[in-house]
Amino acid sequence: MIEIRIHGRGGQGNVLAAYLLAAAGISHGLFAQAFPHFGAERRGAPVTAFVRFNHRPIYRRDQVNHPDFLIIQDAALMNIPGIANGLSNRGGILINVSQAEDIPLQSEQKLVAFAASALAREYTGRALANTALLAAFLSLTELLPLSALETAVGERFYGEVVDRNIQLIRKAATSVPAGVWRNEAQIHSGEIANA
Amino acid sequence: MLKALEGSQAIAQTVALCRPDVVSAYPITPQTHIVENIAKLIADGRVNCEYVSVESEFSAASVVLGAAAAGARAYTASASQGILLMSEVLYNIAGMRIPMVLTCANRAVSAPLSIWNDQQDSMAVRDAGWIQFYCADNQEAIDTTIQAFRIAQECELPVMVCMDGFTLTHTMEALSVPSQEEVDTFLPPFEFSRRLDPRAPISMGTLVSPDFFPEARHSHHAALLHATETIITADQDWMKICGRFYGGLLGVDGPDDARVGIMVIGSIYGTLLEARNEFPELPPWSLIRLRVFRPFPIEAVREVCCGLDDVIVVERALSPGSGGIIGAEVRAALYGLEHAPRVHNVAVGLGGRDVSMQILPRLFELFEAPEPVQFKVFDLEIDRLEPEDQ
Repeated sequence: MIEIRIHGRGGQGNVLAAYLLAAAGISHGLFAQAFPHFGAERRGAPVTAFVRFNHRPIYRRDQVNHPDFLIIQDAALMNIPGIANGLSNRGGILINVSQAEDIPLQSEQKLVAFAASALAREYTGRALANTALLAAFLSLTELLPLSALETAVGERFYGEVVDRNIQLIRKAATSVPAGVWRNEAQIHSGEIANA
Repeated sequence: MLKALEGSQAIAQTVALCRPDVVSAYPITPQTHIVENIAKLIADGRVNCEYVSVESEFSAASVVLGAAAAGARAYTASASQGILLMSEVLYNIAGMRIPMVLTCANRAVSAPLSIWNDQQDSMAVRDAGWIQFYCADNQEAIDTTIQAFRIAQECELPVMVCMDGFTLTHTMEALSVPSQEEVDTFLPPFEFSRRLDPRAPISMGTLVSPDFFPEARHSHHAALLHATETIITADQDWMKICGRFYGGLLGVDGPDDARVGIMVIGSIYGTLLEARNEFPELPPWSLIRLRVFRPFPIEAVREVCCGLDDVIVVERALSPGSGGIIGAEVRAALYGLEHAPRVHNVAVGLGGRDVSMQILPRLFELFEAPEPVQFKVFDLEIDRLEPEDQ
């Protein structure tokens, strides 16, 4: 099981990011689950969404309290106490910022900073970083091929938005070191008692 | 074919496959995405149906009542305050024995205001005379919705399909939405023998004097009790088409030698199912999933509880001043049964409180209690209350 928690603000396409990632996993043959944790559903307010991947069906419906990875869409959210709570000791944080400093990490936790908003603005004209961050995440973990994300974007949107986002996705994937989180993104199905 | 779908999206597509004639609804979180998606399918011409926008849930329920009475396959959806605002009409729909389907995207009831999931809303209208299903997951919600349309018209009773708000409605996962052919094979065109017809006028819901009211109530009650057979048959017949079976009235998971059981309702089932693997050191236990709450499956509950020493009824609503709602009914069903198990009763996850797998070993502690736990709100952080409120 791989668990991911995505932090963003209302209006940044946070829940959409979770849905796109799960849809990409499903199109690639994995079992996946994505759902939001709705706080105050206001534009600009902090929001959280969750994604799970596994090789076998996922039945549990509890929130992700011990994620393997965090994707942070807005660096200012790092100031919220407890935002990295429960993150695995070997977990990775992907954060949308040009340079990440002063972020305390525990033991073997890893952090990758990636200025996704600037890249998104360049490619799509809007500073919506979600698809770029997902592409970077898939590149870091090699959890799914980039084409799976492109398929998910193609199924969700139509027209020029798709073309621009696919170009953004391809560029974003090359903007981070490929495969450095590969070992942490291995899906261990755990004990299968009833399968 | 499996598709990545949000629960609400899947329900909207499923309703469309059931060929409704009239849908009327008023949006409310967390039901909104269901009716929004249905409205879009209708606007896009994907389903030949009239969508009636209204100014309140009271009107939505009234529109579908009238539509079904006139012979249309009718559908609505709501949650929480919306269900309560509908409640007068819900009694009327059931009392007039109008066949129709409603999805309840379960949500807590105010006050305090909460948009999150529990099942206080549908439990508040449990005595309105509707058939009530509670779905454990989104696939079950899809399959149950299709079954509900057939059950409604075969029993001439309205059917409420309950699915946990957010936990199911807003979760995306791989789901199998059946084909139009499959649904058409299972679900005949809508027919209602007592429909309003200007050539053969009748009145519905008229004043009934005391010389007939108890008979009307009796026949309604009997119709609900008789619905159990139709419900089980619908589940079996749909399995022949889609390959999935939900146990009819309830489902059981676990070894035959279990001496203890946990009975749940709704989506908490999946969390406990997975917790079974997480805590393999626990003694053998049975996980019972109540699928139908109205009619209450008295015989089936007796059957699954027979042979157990202890059963914990875990629910997501309560009757303040009394205790658990399902717990009380389970105790009543088991009353007088030889070797009936001890029944513990707790409420969890009220107002959307997260229920994690860690709850399983904590529930097991109840089996050690010297006296059965009558009722308590289980996942409390009691220290957060002022001493006088504890």
